[in-house]
Amino acid sequence: MKKVRLLDIAHARSGDKGDTANVGLIARRPEFYPVLVEHVTVDSVKAHFKGLVHGGVERFELPNLEALNFLLHEALGGGGTLSLKTDAQGKTYSSALLRMEIEIDDDLARLISD
Amino acid sequence: MNPRGCSEAVLGVARNLGLAGKVSVGIVHGDDIMERLEQFVADGIELRNMDTGESLTTVLDRVQSANVYFGAWPIVEALSRGARIVVTGRCTDTGLTLAPMLHEFGWARDDWDRVAAGTIAGHTIECGAQASGGNCMVDWETIPDLANVGYPIVEASSDGSFVITKHPGTGGRITPAVIKEQLVYEMGDPQAYITPDCVADFTSIQLADDGPDRVRMSGIRGNPETEFYKVSISYSAGYKAVGTLVYAWPDAFRKAEAADRILRERLDRLGLHFDEVLTEFVGANACHGPLAGTPPGDLAEVEFRIGVRSESKADVERFTKELAPLVLTGPPNVTGFAGGRPRVQEIVAYWPALIPKSVVEPVVEIAEA
Repeated sequence: MKKVRLLDIAHARSGDKGDTANVGLIARRPEFYPVLVEHVTVDSVKAHFKGLVHGGVERFELPNLEALNFLLHEALGGGGTLSLKTDAQGKTYSSALLRMEIEIDDDLARLISD
Repeated sequence: MNPRGCSEAVLGVARNLGLAGKVSVGIVHGDDIMERLEQFVADGIELRNMDTGESLTTVLDRVQSANVYFGAWPIVEALSRGARIVVTGRCTDTGLTLAPMLHEFGWARDDWDRVAAGTIAGHTIECGAQASGGNCMVDWETIPDLANVGYPIVEASSDGSFVITKHPGTGGRITPAVIKEQLVYEMGDPQAYITPDCVADFTSIQLADDGPDRVRMSGIRGNPETEFYKVSISYSAGYKAVGTLVYAWPDAFRKAEAADRILRERLDRLGLHFDEVLTEFVGANACHGPLAGTPPGDLAEVEFRIGVRSESKADVERFTKELAPLVLTGPPNVTGFAGGRPRVQEIVAYWPALIPKSVVEPVVEIAEA
């Protein structure tokens, strides 16, 4: 097993709807999608965003795009114009999620391109 | 919003170009329901906040605007009556792309798969160059010539499949990976992407590489429209201000933290009342908060950023006078105050709600240049 960051095996884009941020997480290769489904769960994402996301987390699967979509509730200081945050739209929550570390098989790890 | 005023300006430009009698402009209105809000509430249409569940009565006296999001069909009507330019009040971004497809291909209102396909085409290009290499994480450093980025184009087919591409000779990049990033942008439940026109299923999209800077989408499925329009209501929600100071090495982060403690103590002593006071340290944790970890002790510089929010304009104004004194009374090696006091901003907040389609009717008019 090898420890990798999600940044190594996925890319992402995030946005907002009110006080909820969404993060779309996309596998860099089809082989990595099952890894995301297994390891990047509602619970692990909730724990990862502790202190930044105060509400619940929802996850949706898009196997056709080899992607997962997360909704992070109570995440943007009230959202929109009410928010005092630099990132009131959650634009950088995409890369925040990619900080997460997981363990994957060595065979899969060898597929990571430099 | 003033679609009639905008259409008159468009007609004026057309006449100046010698197009009098040659161009028709469509105007879509009826979206502005500001004057009808009290009656709606009295009739039991509560316009509850979709996020919080609160009844609109809690902010009714502070509402500044209220507009229904119409979809593609009013635009289709304008096109079918000869309009070559259509000016609309509030309408969905996706409807702008879907409408010309409905008009040209003659798709039926309940041809949900094709209506969903046009809707997803609209979602793909509604943020412009975000679908052609802008704000894109995949191989971002190798995306060419973003200074001359090409905007995405939809090449639509009557069967509901389409290709996203851009003009030759422009910068940016269109690949399946780039398009995937835009597809998941501002996504909720991907199987229920709700617009006034349909409910689109993003899990049905089949993506295929179709050559350089070309991505084909097909197989899209959709479900029937709902009985509701979304309403965008804005209301006055107090005041806010955000101020910043920059602290330099050494101990930049600790100085910024000390400045925050001193300023907050002063705000307390002044007896000011805020609904929220938020401190961020730009360069350390403003974007990722605690996920960024402990900042290294030798940061070259840190921006101390503090914001306040209150119903009291006077208290927010008083806050804006407390930042500059910190330069002389607080921690050393501080700068970045030359822009003057922070600006007090009135907060115009967003109140999303639903309204039955049966009580609102889009109005379409055609005007000749």
